[in-house]
Amino acid sequence: MFSTRRLIISVVAFAGALVFFVVPFIFIALTAVKTKQEASLLQLTWPTETQLWQNLVAVIEARDFMMIQAFINSAIITVGSVTLIVLFSAMVGFVLNRRKTSWNKMIMFLVLSGLMIPPAIVPTIWLLQQLGIFRTLHSMVLVEVAYNISFGILLYRAFFSTIPRELDEAAIMDGAGPVTLFFKVMLPLLKPVTVTNIVVLSVIIFNDFVHPLYYLPGDDNVTIQLTLYNFQSMFNTSYNLLFMNVLVITVPMLIVFLIFNRQIVSGMTSGALKG
Amino acid sequence: MTLFGRRTALANQSRPLNLQSYYPLWFYVPAGVIYGLMFLLPTFASLYFSLTRWTLFNQEFIGFENFVEFFNEPFLLKGLVNTFIFGFSTSAGKVIVGMGLAVLLTSNIYMRGLLRSVVFFPVLVSTIGIGITFNVLMDPQDGVINAALAIVGIDGPHWLTSPKMAIYSVALVEIWRGVGLATLILIAGLMAIPDDFYEAARLDGASAWHQFWRITVPLSRPAIATVLTLSLIDGLRTFDLVWAMTRGGPGFSSDVLASVIYKQYQAGFYGLSTAGNVILFMVIALVALPIVAFLNREER
Repeated sequence: MFSTRRLIISVVAFAGALVFFVVPFIFIALTAVKTKQEASLLQLTWPTETQLWQNLVAVIEARDFMMIQAFINSAIITVGSVTLIVLFSAMVGFVLNRRKTSWNKMIMFLVLSGLMIPPAIVPTIWLLQQLGIFRTLHSMVLVEVAYNISFGILLYRAFFSTIPRELDEAAIMDGAGPVTLFFKVMLPLLKPVTVTNIVVLSVIIFNDFVHPLYYLPGDDNVTIQLTLYNFQSMFNTSYNLLFMNVLVITVPMLIVFLIFNRQIVSGMTSGALKG
Repeated sequence: MTLFGRRTALANQSRPLNLQSYYPLWFYVPAGVIYGLMFLLPTFASLYFSLTRWTLFNQEFIGFENFVEFFNEPFLLKGLVNTFIFGFSTSAGKVIVGMGLAVLLTSNIYMRGLLRSVVFFPVLVSTIGIGITFNVLMDPQDGVINAALAIVGIDGPHWLTSPKMAIYSVALVEIWRGVGLATLILIAGLMAIPDDFYEAARLDGASAWHQFWRITVPLSRPAIATVLTLSLIDGLRTFDLVWAMTRGGPGFSSDVLASVIYKQYQAGFYGLSTAGNVILFMVIALVALPIVAFLNREER
């Protein structure tokens, strides 16, 4: 009796998840391979004629291969800012956890402010213009570092409290200076939380739409999220291409999720709980 | 190096080993410089710029005029009101739906792990992509949602084209998008509750309903507070989804503060845009800080 009840609840839950959470993605995938006429009906039907390859090529070729440029730009911004965040936030997390000074409270306040305060957009643009780096990829990297470093610091700080101080003392007695202690002894030990940090931050920064919209106007510096935004008006009669575009930027996330499921879940929930 | 060698090396040092110097403060510098320059400086500058009439061409100090305008112009005030509507409805929705899902996904159903992943996946998908997708799904004539409702005999609403409905439709999609994260945080909270509590309650003859309200809800309060704080901050700041789905329309009926900031920036009213930024900051501080303080007090 108990197991029939369990079976019924399972089937209902599965059906519910299918309808509410899977169908929208099936809709994306099906519309993406339809012909223009069939896609414009907006229906959830099996395509009578599939043209996966043709639509994919059309999306990639659109506006002089803008998609390729956008992928390169997004990759540069993501790799650049994630590298800097990982390095710099590990350094802050290390000292913040190990050294008790009167600065600690102040720094934690700044870290939490970084998570909560909405960035001041126009003054930032003004600043970037004053520095002469507005509309450049490296300014975008710096901005992403500033906006996301708090998250990295919180994850690292929590992780450092699991590394025993005896290890530091042993390394110091072996003659390690602060730089050797951090880079040679600590950094390798941080691998699990570094993987978590890299994956979660990459997802956040790769998916960022608002900040490239403000700080990277123009076609040269277009990022992957902006392509979608540009195509939204351009493809508004070709839903098959619009949804092929959505599919193209969703599939990488699916792959990342399948590989790093555990790290993403632990990073997003623990980072959230600490914040 | 031998133990003996290490001892002598230490003994040779004139002063005792000072561990503090092995955690140098200059490790703060790279992060501090970027954060200070790109985040703190503009934040402080915004306090000044919000008091100016600032356009492409000139800049003039005008006191609180921008703020007065914000509270007097209906299309600006609407953004402020919608920000509250959106923030509160999405966080309430995420907690309620997330709690239901968390209870379901910690019970002994089949394919639990798979279902958790399915619920969580939208969190990772581009918000713009989700907005575009639901734009089409919510089409009043041909959309899949209204077609499905028609089968059951319900005349589906004009989700995004009705001025009264639009902001709530976007909020609904935001709940769909973000409930996966809320669910996972709540699951972590539920799993921390010892089974003994439920066993004792069962022995005393408490119903599942009673167990939920008397044990599950009170004991997962920290997790609930976390979800509330996070979704409030996210919801009040939201821009992507509103912009992808309605661009604040029809008219300005679904504008939120973040979209007003963008529109005023595009129109060249930089001072007004920055004032919007400052108001958004104050809204978040006023709403979120008490909750964060409350959460911290509970933990101690």
